Formats: sequence, structure tokens, C-alpha cells
Amino acid sequence: MTKEKLVDAIANIRDQEALQLARQMLDAGVDPRIVLEAGREAMAIVGERHERKEYYLPELVVAGEILKEIAEMVKPKLRGKATVQAKPRGKVVIGTVEGDIHDIGKDIVAFMLEVNNYQVFNLGVDVPPSKFVEKIREVNPEIVGMSGFLTLAFDQMRLTVEAIKEAGLRNKVKIMIGGAPMDNDAAKYIGADAYGEDAAAAVKLANQWTGGN
Amino acid sequence: MEKSPEELYQERVKRVLDACTGKVPDRVPIMGPYELFVYNYAGVTIKEAMNDYALARRACHKFLDDFQPDADFGPVLAYPAPPMEFLGVKWFKWAGHGLGDNIMYQFMEGEYMKADEYDEFIYDPSHFMATKWLPRSFKALEGFAGFPPMRLMMWFGWTGLLTAFANPEVQQALQNAIEAGKQLSEWFASLGQYTQEIKQKGFPLAYGAFSWPPFDLIGDTLRGTRGIMSDMIRRPDKLLKALEIATQLCIEYGSAAAGADLPLTWIWMHKGSEGFMSDEQYKTFYWPFLKRAIEGLVERGCIVVIYCEGNDTPRLKYFVDVPKGKVVYHFATMDMAKAKEMLHGIAAISGNVPNRLLLTGSPDDVKAYCKWLIDTVGKDGGYIMDTSALLDEAKLENVKAMFEFTHEYGVYR
Repeated sequence: MTKEKLVDAIANIRDQEALQLARQMLDAGVDPRIVLEAGREAMAIVGERHERKEYYLPELVVAGEILKEIAEMVKPKLRGKATVQAKPRGKVVIGTVEGDIHDIGKDIVAFMLEVNNYQVFNLGVDVPPSKFVEKIREVNPEIVGMSGFLTLAFDQMRLTVEAIKEAGLRNKVKIMIGGAPMDNDAAKYIGADAYGEDAAAAVKLANQWTGGN
Repeated sequence: MEKSPEELYQERVKRVLDACTGKVPDRVPIMGPYELFVYNYAGVTIKEAMNDYALARRACHKFLDDFQPDADFGPVLAYPAPPMEFLGVKWFKWAGHGLGDNIMYQFMEGEYMKADEYDEFIYDPSHFMATKWLPRSFKALEGFAGFPPMRLMMWFGWTGLLTAFANPEVQQALQNAIEAGKQLSEWFASLGQYTQEIKQKGFPLAYGAFSWPPFDLIGDTLRGTRGIMSDMIRRPDKLLKALEIATQLCIEYGSAAAGADLPLTWIWMHKGSEGFMSDEQYKTFYWPFLKRAIEGLVERGCIVVIYCEGNDTPRLKYFVDVPKGKVVYHFATMDMAKAKEMLHGIAAISGNVPNRLLLTGSPDDVKAYCKWLIDTVGKDGGYIMDTSALLDEAKLENVKAMFEFTHEYGVYR
């Protein structure tokens, strides 16, 4: 089956082949939703391999690029077709805390959560506590992710957790933190529920918190 | 009898050199690149330090007098705001320029070299830097996009090419470069003055030159993390060719340290740590080039400090393969006992006092951590006390504890 071939090509990061297969499938009149479905299946495999430390950033980045290019291809063919989005597993509000503008790690986490069927609200960088609170109120997420690279992030994250508490929202969300200087002790200091080492850890935590494995 | 500044200077140089080259010094040296902390301590914002060079020097003097490190960085890491402002640096945010008055500057990654420009860079790095990288990096130097390729000047090539200098945009860019040069020379004069002043007080400068691993030269400022990670899979041959060139650039950047009293070339390592790439990828794209750069720098008379900013425990098996007694590995996150076991007799080690501990811990926590480091990693020399990463926010009493404890307990008896 071509769909399996496409899943295999994406999951094994054979970019040229994957794009060619997707193009062929669409040209042959295959339902574009099947092509998209192949992308989702492949990303689940990529995520697993990342978790097993077989895949690192290069594979995650290129898988993301392939997916994006396939989505571009599919877009014009989807017109008029009803797409049934799978019900998201949960909602995540994520951002880099105020004063810090590092975004690479945070965006990879957001991307991996998205491909694992979370609805992600990415607030970007330099996000003040009030903006976190506002977004939590607005979209009612199960999970909040805070990212930070600088030492200032320890206290900024703590302040953000404080603000969430003051808004009466702390018991409505689980909070995860990540970033180079962070660790489990930092999570305690900050008042977060957990620290995640990388994108795979973030997905794992999110799955636990939304009642899965 | 009190020691003269000259004696203290020689003593400190020897202490640091002994530790760097794997000998047993009189005491574990303590030094490090510190950023915001120095200015916070002196009651100066980073914005003020970046704009007022005399004030930055005074702040650094205060830190030096009160903490007595064995070698010092001075105000170099504060960077000069006026010329950066004038040039309109596009990939940097700093206090007063996109960031609050007391927030450390931060780099904004992007593709300052596009994926399809590798050939251009490989063919003539200087021309690429002049006509693509400079205009993309500095608003005031956008006119350099029209700078002629110097490689084609020979015979009567110059006749056509020099007309580029009649272009008003090129002229404006050149004018701006002249102005920026004047402004930058004020900053360098300030750095030079500081170096002289501290030498008279008995303190050596901790750096001779800065450089970057070949992979990060391409990954940080040209392609960005996403770009270079993608290139490893989608255009590996071009990346490998560019890394050959970057290896030479790394050596060129760092060679200036040769001949200094402390001939230390600091190599800031970003993207080779655990989590970024697999072992296979590391040994293809990262280590061979870094190793050659280290060897090249050592050959030219430098001692190379590899400043690791992530978790590099899985890379230890490569780190052992360097010229003996000429390399210092600074570690942020690391199994330090294992590092000592593997590197002792080959390379020195520094760092690892967690910045988080210095911010959120107590002086006793800090002392206990430093004691463990001195006992374990400092055993038989080859260790320099330092923080895990460049020091910004921290509790004063904790930093004091780190220094005082090292000064006292770090003595080899």
C-alpha cells in the first residue's frame, strides 16, 4: 500500500522519497485526508524513536519540514472536503517566561505536543505572568508549559505560578517547566508540577496528566 | 610580609597555568566568566554598563577587589551598546534595545545564511560575509550588498569592479563602517585600559581570545539551530564542506591568545551537547572538526578552554582524544566523578557549581557542593572552581561562600 510506504518514508526521514510519494498519491487522486493521516501515523513513530533516543533534533526538525511541505501540497486538494479533526487529547498553553526570548526548545516541545494531538496555544517568548493567566482563563487548558534559558527564568517562573495561583487557577492546571538550567529541584522552587528534560518528556508528562500512558 | 602586586600577579598566573596544564597548583584557582552578577553587585544595571565604559570598569574593579578571583574577564562581556545601536544589529536584543534595563542581552537565531547559499559561502567566505551576512546583520551596513568581489580585481578587473564604490549605498555603508570603527575603538581602548589597571593590582586577564566550535560557527550565526539540524540530513555534503572552512576560521579566531600571560582561548560550545544529536551524528559533524580546531590552536601556542553549556557526559569518550595538558573542559551538567576519572592526566576540568544553587540554595549548600568538587575533581590538581554557566542572578552570600570556601579549603597541603 502506498500509504504505508509514505508512513515508512516519513518515519525514516527519507525526505525526497516522502515528498515524491505524497505528490504521486495526490496526483493519482488518493483522498488527501489519507495523505495527512499518513503524516500523523509517521509522526507517532518519530515521537517514539525520539523518546527511545534513536532520534534527535535533526530528525525532529526534518520530519517537521516534511510534514509542513506535505500539508502545503494537500491544502488545495482539501477544498470542499469535510475534514474531521480528531478530538484533541488536551489543551496546552505554552510560552517562554518574561525577560527571556529563547524559543527553539519551546517550539520543538509545542510541535511534538501538536503532533501528539494536543491543541497548543503558543504564546511565544517574553511572556508576562498576566498573559499566561489571561490565556488560561480564555481557553481553559489542562496543561501549562513554561520555558526558560536564563537564570532570571527561575524567579519569573515562580512569579508566573504565583499569578496563576492568585487568579484561582492553580488547581485547574498541571504545570511543566523546561529549559537548559532547569531540573527537578528547580520545579520544586518554582512550584511547578514537573520538569521535563526534552520534547519526549513533555509529551510523556502530558499523556500522564491527561490520563493515558 | 605582604606580597607585591607583581608577586601576586605571577602567583596567580602560575596557579591558573598549573591547574590548566594538569599540575598541582598551590590552591584550586577560582575564576570564571561572569555577566550580570558583577554589575548587580556594584549596583550598576547592565544597560548602564553597556553604555558607560568607565562605569563598567569601576564595577568590574569592585568585584575584583572584593572577590579576588585568580583571573578576570573584566567588562568584555558587557558588550558596547553605542556602536551596536549605531549599526542597528538585527540579531541581538539588549537592555534598552528590546529588553528591560537589567536583563542580559540575548541572541535571536535566524537563517542569516540560506540553505541554498552554502556554495557561495564555500567558494568565498569573505565575499559572502561582506555582501550577504553583513547587510542581513546590520541595518547601517545594508549597502555592503553591492560590495564588489575583491577576488576579481586582478589585471584590469578593477576597472569595472571599483565603480561599485561610486554607488551611494555602498558609500554610505563605508561611511557607517568608519564611524562604527571609531566607536568600537573607544570600547577596545577601555578594555585595554582595564587590562593594564588590573595587572598593576596583581590580576591576570582570563582570556586571550574567544572562538567557537566549527559546527556552532555555522549553526549559531549563519544557519540557526533548525537550519543546521535540517542540513545534517538534507544537505550533509555541503555542511561538511562548510565545516572544513569553519575549522580554519575557528583556529583563526582563537589564535590571538598565543603569547598572552594566560594564553587561554575560550571556545563557547552550544550545539554538541546531549539531546541535540546522536552519537553517530556527533562523530560525523561535530567532534572531528572541533578536535582539529583544538589541535590547530594548541599548535599555535594556545591553551584551549572548551566551555560546555549543556550536558556533555555522553561526549567524554571523545573529549579524551586531545593533546595532553593543553585543554580545559568547563562543564555545566556533567557526571563530574566520571569526568575526573576519564580526563585526569589528559585535560583539566572547571566549573559545575550549579547557577540554580547559587540563586536558590544557602551558603552551606554551596560550600558542601564546592567541597565535593574540590575533594573529587580537585584531587591531584587539574581543577578550576567555577559556576556552571555565565553568572547572572545569584544570592550574594552564596557567591561569597563559593569564593571564600575555595580560597580556604582549596589549598593543596
